[in-house]
Amino acid sequence: MQIRQVSVFIENKVGRIMEITEVLGESNINLRALSLADTSDFGILRMIVDNIDKAVEVLKDKGFIVKETDVVAVEVPDKPGGLAQVLEVLCIANINVEYMYAFFEQPKDKALLIFRFEDPERAIEVLSARGIQIAGGETLGIG
Amino acid sequence: MMWNNEREALTDSGKKALQSEALKGLVKRAYDKIPFYTEKFDELGLKPAHISSIEDIVKLPFTNKTDLRDNYPFGMFAVPMSEVVETHTSSGTTGKPVIGGYTKKDIDLWSEVMARCLTLSGTTSSDVVHNAYGYGLFTGGLGVHYGARRIGATVIPVSGGNTKRQVMIMQDFGSTILTCTPSYTLYLAEVGEEMGIDFKRLPLRAGNFGAEPWSNNMRIEIENRLGLLALDIYGLTEIIGPGVGNECEQKTGVHLCDDHFYPEIINPDTGEVLPPGEVGELVITTLTKEATPLIRYRTRDITALKPGKCACGRTSMRMERIMGRTDDMLIIRGVNVFPSQIEEVLVRIEGTEPHYRIVIDRVGSLDVLEVLVEMNEKMISDEIKELEQVELKIKSEIESLLGIKVGVKLVEPKTITRSEGKAKRVFDKRTL
Repeated sequence: MQIRQVSVFIENKVGRIMEITEVLGESNINLRALSLADTSDFGILRMIVDNIDKAVEVLKDKGFIVKETDVVAVEVPDKPGGLAQVLEVLCIANINVEYMYAFFEQPKDKALLIFRFEDPERAIEVLSARGIQIAGGETLGIG
Repeated sequence: MMWNNEREALTDSGKKALQSEALKGLVKRAYDKIPFYTEKFDELGLKPAHISSIEDIVKLPFTNKTDLRDNYPFGMFAVPMSEVVETHTSSGTTGKPVIGGYTKKDIDLWSEVMARCLTLSGTTSSDVVHNAYGYGLFTGGLGVHYGARRIGATVIPVSGGNTKRQVMIMQDFGSTILTCTPSYTLYLAEVGEEMGIDFKRLPLRAGNFGAEPWSNNMRIEIENRLGLLALDIYGLTEIIGPGVGNECEQKTGVHLCDDHFYPEIINPDTGEVLPPGEVGELVITTLTKEATPLIRYRTRDITALKPGKCACGRTSMRMERIMGRTDDMLIIRGVNVFPSQIEEVLVRIEGTEPHYRIVIDRVGSLDVLEVLVEMNEKMISDEIKELEQVELKIKSEIESLLGIKVGVKLVEPKTITRSEGKAKRVFDKRTL
């Protein structure tokens, strides 16, 4: 199962991330996870939100350039070695990770890892076969 | 000191007679040998016999750069290729270049006018001419070379690049005359100063600088840093290359070799000829050129003419510094650049109408070109490496087209001001 992620192109300028989060806040869109990749000139803000269709709409409305991508969310126990275990499985299967970011799920003591794979179908298959939990939208509280 | 006293200090009547005779010959050659001109004349019901003096020049049609492109490569040649001994092309890279052809006599003419230009900066047979204009298709290198040879000076055909070596040669060979673009001159100064060279202790005495627009402030800086007399040289491939004219040490305008290149100033919108002193577009007729003669060629350079005798003794028509262009051509490090060229690359890569901005600045003494490109739905990716690849692709395609280094930066949409009609895409921050 894959999850929809929205990415926004931003220049490295003061206040850009604030503006994006304000736009989302005003439209009552909740951020579930976020990561920022950047170079010296520009960056890409990647977000998992509870209502992606609306997020895309309001951001485009404000003139932002956005892109939707499918990512895979993996749930691991929040303890030392949790991520390493997942990466080892991927490494053995020779699965390339384009990028990833992680966040912590408070009540369940679990960590959620968001992966962008070159070949997501195969990654899901390999991880599931090893008993690693692939999280769905409901785990992330998204519609 | 003049190279050709007889021609550079002509009386008004003497000059007029010479120009009139040359114009009649030119019109006949152009009409007989170049189908483009035959057609143009016929359309206007004009015959070479209608031209009897230089004043009749206003009856003749203009020639535009597009006419040269339309007749690429050899359509504007007035002689068979067997008589052409050399060709050069413009540095411009919009589609097809502009070709200049030279017969043996044209090379002779080029040597003559370049000898005058170099003499204007005081060059004699005892001088060592450090010629850092590029040799090759560009007219700069060989044009200066022929002139210096004609004078009998020692030419160092050092061409462009390898600046440290240039400084070393300048020092070891005792160069006295420097010829290159003004921006490269300042770069040479920078590199030399870093190497610990005191230019004022070198025998360098004067320089003929051109092929790009520059200002009096730049002249002062060049003169101060290099300890030489810095003079402006003017020329263009279509006419002959460098050698159309040069300043004398009075620095009161470029002395045009007007016995060979007849200048007019026109209103660029109406084509009407303007009186001396008024600012407009420079139009040149190559009175004596054989291979690629041009009638009333619109240079698109904006300037004004100054008639009258100069304190140096010359009576040749003088021309003010080039104040601008009637088109959007930019001259960056001596290379002609049109914004449309950059736009073409972007359209090809983005597959859509691009929003972009071109910023030109002078960092130290070098022109720097930066292209800001707005991100759009087609280009965006969630991966940095893909965006960096887009940046790199734009950069390398523009660089290979223009032949100069550019910086490319992806920016957010709407960063670039939209405007009604023609968007302002070019920001030239160079203070010349």
